[in-house]
Amino acid sequence: MSAFNDPYDPNVKLSPGCSCGHHATQAAHEADPVVSSTDSDLLAERAVESAVMRALFPRDAARRGFLRAVGAGTALAAVAALFPMGAAKEAFAQGTGRIEKTKLKVGFIPITCATPIIMAHPMGFYAKHGLDVEVVKTAGWAVIRVKTLNKEYDAAHMLSPMPLAITLGAGAQPIPYTMPAVENINGQAITLAIKHKDRRDPKSWKGFKFAVPFDYSMHNYLLRYYVAEYGLDPDRDIQIRVVPPPEMVANLRADNIDGFLAPDPVNQRAVYDGVGFIHILSKDIWEGHPCCAFAASREFVTEMPNTYRALLKAIIDATAYARKPGNRKEIAAAIAPANYLNQPVTVVEQVLTGTFADGLGNVKKVPDRIDFDPFPWHSFAMWILTQMKRWGQIKGEVNYARVAQEVYLATDAAKLMKEVGFAPPASTSKKFTVMKKEFDPAKPEAYLASFAIKRTA
Amino acid sequence: MGWRAPALSVLLFLLFVGVWHAATLPTAAERTVDAEYAKLVGAAAATGQKSSFPAPADVAGKIWTHLKEPFYDKGPNDKGIGIQLAYSLARVLAGYLLAALVAIPIGFLIGMSPLVYRALDPFIQVLKPISPLAWMPLALFTLKDSGVSAVFVIFICSLWPMLINTAFGVAAVRREWLNVAKTLEVGPLRKAFRVILPAAAPTIMTGMRISIGIAWLVIVADEMLVGGTGIGYFVWNEWNNLSITNILTAILAIGLVGMVLDLMLARLTRLVTFPE
Repeated sequence: MSAFNDPYDPNVKLSPGCSCGHHATQAAHEADPVVSSTDSDLLAERAVESAVMRALFPRDAARRGFLRAVGAGTALAAVAALFPMGAAKEAFAQGTGRIEKTKLKVGFIPITCATPIIMAHPMGFYAKHGLDVEVVKTAGWAVIRVKTLNKEYDAAHMLSPMPLAITLGAGAQPIPYTMPAVENINGQAITLAIKHKDRRDPKSWKGFKFAVPFDYSMHNYLLRYYVAEYGLDPDRDIQIRVVPPPEMVANLRADNIDGFLAPDPVNQRAVYDGVGFIHILSKDIWEGHPCCAFAASREFVTEMPNTYRALLKAIIDATAYARKPGNRKEIAAAIAPANYLNQPVTVVEQVLTGTFADGLGNVKKVPDRIDFDPFPWHSFAMWILTQMKRWGQIKGEVNYARVAQEVYLATDAAKLMKEVGFAPPASTSKKFTVMKKEFDPAKPEAYLASFAIKRTA
Repeated sequence: MGWRAPALSVLLFLLFVGVWHAATLPTAAERTVDAEYAKLVGAAAATGQKSSFPAPADVAGKIWTHLKEPFYDKGPNDKGIGIQLAYSLARVLAGYLLAALVAIPIGFLIGMSPLVYRALDPFIQVLKPISPLAWMPLALFTLKDSGVSAVFVIFICSLWPMLINTAFGVAAVRREWLNVAKTLEVGPLRKAFRVILPAAAPTIMTGMRISIGIAWLVIVADEMLVGGTGIGYFVWNEWNNLSITNILTAILAIGLVGMVLDLMLARLTRLVTFPE
């Protein structure tokens, strides 16, 4: 984890390059006293030092040259003279600083992915951390993007690829965006119209019309990935259109689409209304995939650090609460009313508890149908970037690791997870498998090249 | 004749409700799934069907619950239908009055000068047919506030009918009246207010009546897009829940309010019209 490397060591690269993803060698990784340390203060100090040095020397070679020339001690003094390192470290470590703004507006889309953001309101997690948050229901992802960029919302529920897309300027003007926490993992599904109940083999889906909630969504990437693994070209053999989640069931009912890869409660609602059946849960495509996220502009994070910290803590706290299966029924009852999701309680309950009707007459029990885990793995961001490139949403060279680190604030999440009694993982990157195929965050380009169906030149 | 038209209206309404009722009668169907499954899905899905269109009695019941409590406030995303209508009316009136403030003076000037009239005509003709909602992304991008953007959309859609009608009304004032004013050596301001304005008033009012109708049509789509409050948001939120009964209630409310707005403008038009 590069944020914890000694930035005054001329032999250390601050950009990643080792087995954990970020050291020069495995030995260097294990030898580093800070990496193996569990002292969060030491870790936090190191993270601040790294951030400052990275800001001073955007080019790593320049930093290392400078350190070799003058030595670490002189460098430390020189940097301290230029930059109040002590104050910066203190500001970061301070947990109880005055909250700059207590009245906040957070936008959400009425889907169960937003559970932590929503439930934190009726169940008092925002109030517990000294915030008065108004959670505002929003009509769609494009509107949420506009409203957060316009600062009508202080922070918002977004799809996890959106902060990456906004930062890179894909589909919008580039604005530095951050994603301090993932909200949910799993919890999506492919739902097909009832009339297709005998066509379960994706190879027979040629000509199907599918809906996804947004271009820059896990739904889009997972659906494309899924059909491509079965040999269908998602751009030529099927049609994928963007439909806001609330309109999906109505469209499925009206036969405008054959199916969708959608967030819940939309899938369960289609079953509840007898319109569709659940073909496959997204956890069976990629076990533990991220979906929605809690996002804020970099400006908010830097200008109101205490507010940001309190807000993130409330979200992580709520996420921890949502994680316990025993609490899920209570949460379903809290977020189902018209002010939040506006759905029948039983639909939300089936999604959260994982005991659900599949639309074909079976009752299934999948307790981890949706789960909540705030940690924004850098490798998640890197996978998303490979798919954005795979389908031509971004072009040219992509510095996967750097974009991932800048947008997915894993270090902050880890620190705050600890404060609310959650055990953060030791690293910020991990390997995972998507449909039996392993993704190695150290080799994103090779992963991308391994696909037969892609839009890269 | 006096009572026959209303009687026919009532008869048509009853016929409509009767057909609706007959069409939505529940079909007797056996439950095709076991009890555990049936508990997890809606009544229609348990009998192997899709959820059906609500019957008139369901809608009437829903309207009654809304009428009983039109102004409840259960948080920022759940307010009574009365409050939502008030938000919509406020947006419509704000955008509409702004448009009137801009359109009537400019229309007046355009109408007075045939040269300006013809010079501006191509611009107006191009801008007029643009769907007001097409302005929405542009408005959100430049105005950077969804509330202001919503009002702007209403403004831009109310603008053109008023502008064109005012210009037309002013340009079409009868020659001999203007000539009489000229022979009496009436000053330009006096001429504008005492001769042209009264003569053009009925046409201007017609433009205002068209505008309020369009503004009320557009507000629903407008609020569906920006969300938050208003009757359009209410429809969107209930669509979210696939609650057709609530949507029908809202449709009825939208129709009634639109009718009242139109009647008010019609009354005003009659006030400024005089027999020649």
